[in-house]
Amino acid sequence: MPVLKDIRRKIKAIQNTQKITKAMKMVAAAKLRKVQTRMLNFRQYADKIHEVTVRLAAGAERQLHPLLMARPRKTVEVIVMSGDRGLCGSFNSNIIKAGANYINDLRKNGFEVSVSTIGRRGRDYFKRRNIQLRKSWTGVSGNLLYNTAHEVSGDIIENYINETVDEVTLIYNEFKSVIAQKVSVVKLLPLAPIEAGEEVAVSPDILYEPSQKEIFERLLPKNVEIQVYRALLESSAAEEAARMSAMENASQNCDDLIARTTLVYNKARQTLITKELMDIVGCVEALK
Amino acid sequence: MENKLRLEIVTPQGVVFSEEVDEIVAPGSEGEFGVLPGHAPFLTTLKIGMLIFKKGSETRYLFVSWGYAEVGHDRMLVLTDSAEKCEDIDVERALSAKKRAEERLKQEANIDQARAVSSLERATTRIQVAEKKTAK
Repeated sequence: MPVLKDIRRKIKAIQNTQKITKAMKMVAAAKLRKVQTRMLNFRQYADKIHEVTVRLAAGAERQLHPLLMARPRKTVEVIVMSGDRGLCGSFNSNIIKAGANYINDLRKNGFEVSVSTIGRRGRDYFKRRNIQLRKSWTGVSGNLLYNTAHEVSGDIIENYINETVDEVTLIYNEFKSVIAQKVSVVKLLPLAPIEAGEEVAVSPDILYEPSQKEIFERLLPKNVEIQVYRALLESSAAEEAARMSAMENASQNCDDLIARTTLVYNKARQTLITKELMDIVGCVEALK
Repeated sequence: MENKLRLEIVTPQGVVFSEEVDEIVAPGSEGEFGVLPGHAPFLTTLKIGMLIFKKGSETRYLFVSWGYAEVGHDRMLVLTDSAEKCEDIDVERALSAKKRAEERLKQEANIDQARAVSSLERATTRIQVAEKKTAK
């Protein structure tokens, strides 16, 4: 009976898919646990460093360090941080969409935009749409290294000091909870509150040792580096979380599909039996 | 008038320490400095060394490596690459790191001199700080 055999084969195939999605969910969960603790610990450090930097920068002369100087913005660098792999729900598409919208808005308002990406998915998207990428880093999210953050921030800082760009914005997925990610747009350079005029407690006469200039020379680049690293950690935690729930959903859907197909299978089987019985009864009647 | 200091030590691995203390001595890059409540706002870089603080009659020691210290009126925030309480230091690891660094320095040729020196410094300081625990 070809029909029955086909249905059986289909059920088998779904079961195999479910095995894969279940395994992927498990792997994502394990990875998430690892990166999540690292991220949560680092978050505190990153917050504190940022806090100190902002507080100091607010009270400092802007001429002291090139990274403190805010120029009128003409060229804006946008860095979109996506994942390297798919199968993680709307994780990549959300971030790419947000990035593309942001870039379009800037272009509409007459700014020059240079685009860079971190992560393979983002790179592929912009390439397909023929958007020139200034730089792209891939293969990052699998094994997170501090060196990557160092490289990225070095590049950003160099560009900013050379005055090729006047502002650097980083778009990444922030890890809210295991089931929620939030697209987050962060201005890396120039240091945000200098122009925004946020309320910061400024103590004007801080003593510096060694000199203020020397401290800024190390602290400002370090702060950028740390913020990049933090974004990397957040993004990969968010990615694993997204993958975990996507795979959870997929396994659930497999269950539903198997139940439904089994029902179809049983119905077909019953019809077949009934038909055979009727044939037999018919034959017996005819032989009488 | 508040006469306690809030000492907070944060590393990339998380918050190591956060407590109210009476007095702190920290290894600044330009020399050791002491902090008492009511200190003027002050920012400095730290070098590898020993951070000592007093809390009541108790004196405790910590290992800190390169980082920043921000001193405010009633608080001190230490941001460093690594910090360990003296009782948490893995002496054996420090000893073997010391040995390794010394051997590297002996070879001299084609190695990263600065890295070996700083790793030697870290190891020796760790051992020093750890000794404080046994001396107590």
